[in-house]
Amino acid sequence: MSILVKEGTRVLVQGITGDFGARHARLSIDYGSQVVAGVTPGKGGQVFEHGGKKVPIFNTVADAARQTGATVSAIFVPPPFAADAILECVDADLDLAVAITEGIPVRDMVRAKRAMQGRRTRLIGPNCPGLVTPGRGDKSHGGCRIGIAPGYIHRRGNVGVVSRSGTLTYEAVWQLTCRGKGQSTCVGIGGDPVNGTSHLDVIKLFNDDPETEAIIMIGEIGGNAEVEAARWIKQHCKKPVAGFIAGATAPAGRRMGHAGAVIGGAEDTAAAKIKIFKECGISVAETPSDMADALLRVWKG
Amino acid sequence: MNIHEHQAKALFEKFGVAVPKGIAVQKASDFESAVGQLDAKGGLMVKSQIHAGGRGKGVFTDGFKGGVKFAPTREKALEHAKAMLGNTLVTAQTGPEGRKVQTIYFTEAANLGKRPDGRDDEYYLAILLDRATSRPVIVASTEGGVEIEKVAHDTPERIFKVHVDPAAGLQAYQARQVAFALGFTGELHKQCVALVSKLYAFFWEKDCAMVEVNPLLVTAEGRLLALDAKVSFDDNALFRHPDVVALRDLNEEDAKEIEASKFGLSYIALDGNIACLVNGAGLAMSTMDIIQHFGGSPANFLDVGGGASKEQVAAAFKIILGDPNVKGILVNIFGGIMDCNVIATGIVEAVKETGLKLPLVVRLEGNNVEAGKATLAASGLTIVSGDSMADAARKIVGLVTK
Repeated sequence: MSILVKEGTRVLVQGITGDFGARHARLSIDYGSQVVAGVTPGKGGQVFEHGGKKVPIFNTVADAARQTGATVSAIFVPPPFAADAILECVDADLDLAVAITEGIPVRDMVRAKRAMQGRRTRLIGPNCPGLVTPGRGDKSHGGCRIGIAPGYIHRRGNVGVVSRSGTLTYEAVWQLTCRGKGQSTCVGIGGDPVNGTSHLDVIKLFNDDPETEAIIMIGEIGGNAEVEAARWIKQHCKKPVAGFIAGATAPAGRRMGHAGAVIGGAEDTAAAKIKIFKECGISVAETPSDMADALLRVWKG
Repeated sequence: MNIHEHQAKALFEKFGVAVPKGIAVQKASDFESAVGQLDAKGGLMVKSQIHAGGRGKGVFTDGFKGGVKFAPTREKALEHAKAMLGNTLVTAQTGPEGRKVQTIYFTEAANLGKRPDGRDDEYYLAILLDRATSRPVIVASTEGGVEIEKVAHDTPERIFKVHVDPAAGLQAYQARQVAFALGFTGELHKQCVALVSKLYAFFWEKDCAMVEVNPLLVTAEGRLLALDAKVSFDDNALFRHPDVVALRDLNEEDAKEIEASKFGLSYIALDGNIACLVNGAGLAMSTMDIIQHFGGSPANFLDVGGGASKEQVAAAFKIILGDPNVKGILVNIFGGIMDCNVIATGIVEAVKETGLKLPLVVRLEGNNVEAGKATLAASGLTIVSGDSMADAARKIVGLVTK
């Protein structure tokens, strides 16, 4: 198994006719993912062609889902329209909406997240690289790639990776692959202050996934999502976890006011998070070059 | 995006939040007419306008103390203003280089009320996003006019929070909760309920990242006034607020950061001597971390984004080299989707164009990496190759500290 998506998951792409969406739809098709529909309002009836595959384009997510059986959407629409695109997935009862779009206004996300409460659709992102469940073919071909991650760096295996940052995820994945350790699923949850799925949500899924044997959790300064996940891991997680926190040298106090510090509390610095990771039994990577090795110190694979 | 206090107060007034009467002035020749229009019988406040907190306790580089001063008379106000305008103010938030004061804001000094115990009648009020709940939160405290972090740390029971459901918006009972928490009764209670509602409307309608009033005060006449105002906006939402964009003050922003943003680069200057050029914010942050881990000191944060072009790499080199402290450069690219050879070609061109003499370590990984490394090797330039982030960081620290 894997989490969230697997080989054969049927994916639709919102914004498939834009440059960015089209480029990554092609890369996903090349990777062997099942891109079964595109959605661009007003372009319904057209066809997106690549590599001998013909992907039908629909005006609405509901139509696309009904006619193709797509259960997951990759969202590439521009920021002013992205929250609307997310809620269209919710209304169509998709399993998963993956919002790649960077730069969505916070107010839009606050409203969208509130409107998703109690609905079946899960949101990953926004401002995220997406997720990859590697396939079993050459260079992990045939897996499910949703978003913008490079497919070829992955190998099918038993490590789950969760991170806010795209390139830092690739760094961890590549370190694992170079050491002969494959991945079950790699999830980029995105760097925005309001996102759909937290570190903890993903950790819980990995904990319950029989194929995932070990976990790498990559975090950053700011917020307390990593701390919340670490405390849960200490109590409940059955699997070895390695962690890294980026931003030890990031300049503090570039904000004008102080209210953020009151809300964020004292646990949002890199040093505080690393200390809590250690207290919670997480193997901490000293540097970003050390992420896979930090895991291998506590997991023999 | 941040704005000045006088701009924030003008917006407050538009939304019906009471502030002391004031006038902002950019030229010394306009000082007299400004103070002439204000009622000075209770004295005047003279306030340096910079985008940084801690102004009151700040010190100017020529030794003049206080970026915010009380003046009992118009004459004294003019004297303070002349000392401040064009002078450089250093506060806890500006860094040692300080910030040049280009606007003076004169306001009528409020006639401060006193609490029964003799303390000044000052409160704290802020609205911002609570990341943990993904909802706006109103933060209020009876302890105004002091550092709110200290209040939160020492006496957390004096911090009151109300979360607002974005589906329903702020409810009247929530505004009342704030007014009760601050201990207001009668007429002041009504004023506070109205003020909280108006401030929330402003926060929500204008896509603010944060609105902070510290202090919010009660005058001796029983009026609730926003004595200070700090407002920042969500950059992602500026496209729908051209009136807010018009308030941007480029004087308050780093020239190199503005230049970088023109090329789609995200750059933040730091005080170290090893420049870095990286793709992706998380990788860029951790590149700074690994430089420090191996004993070096990063000169900047620079994220060229996910799809960097040759032009962007060239622009990034020029911006980095504009910092005289830079003694070496580390390029760290994980070209997941982007072609490493495009980056390598960009680096070679930039080195040739800028006549770079400083040590340069390049770590390339990912798509088409072999061709990229070959391009660097064939360039005839002294570019040191790093095999991993750790290897590259060790090498650049070694070269710079040699």
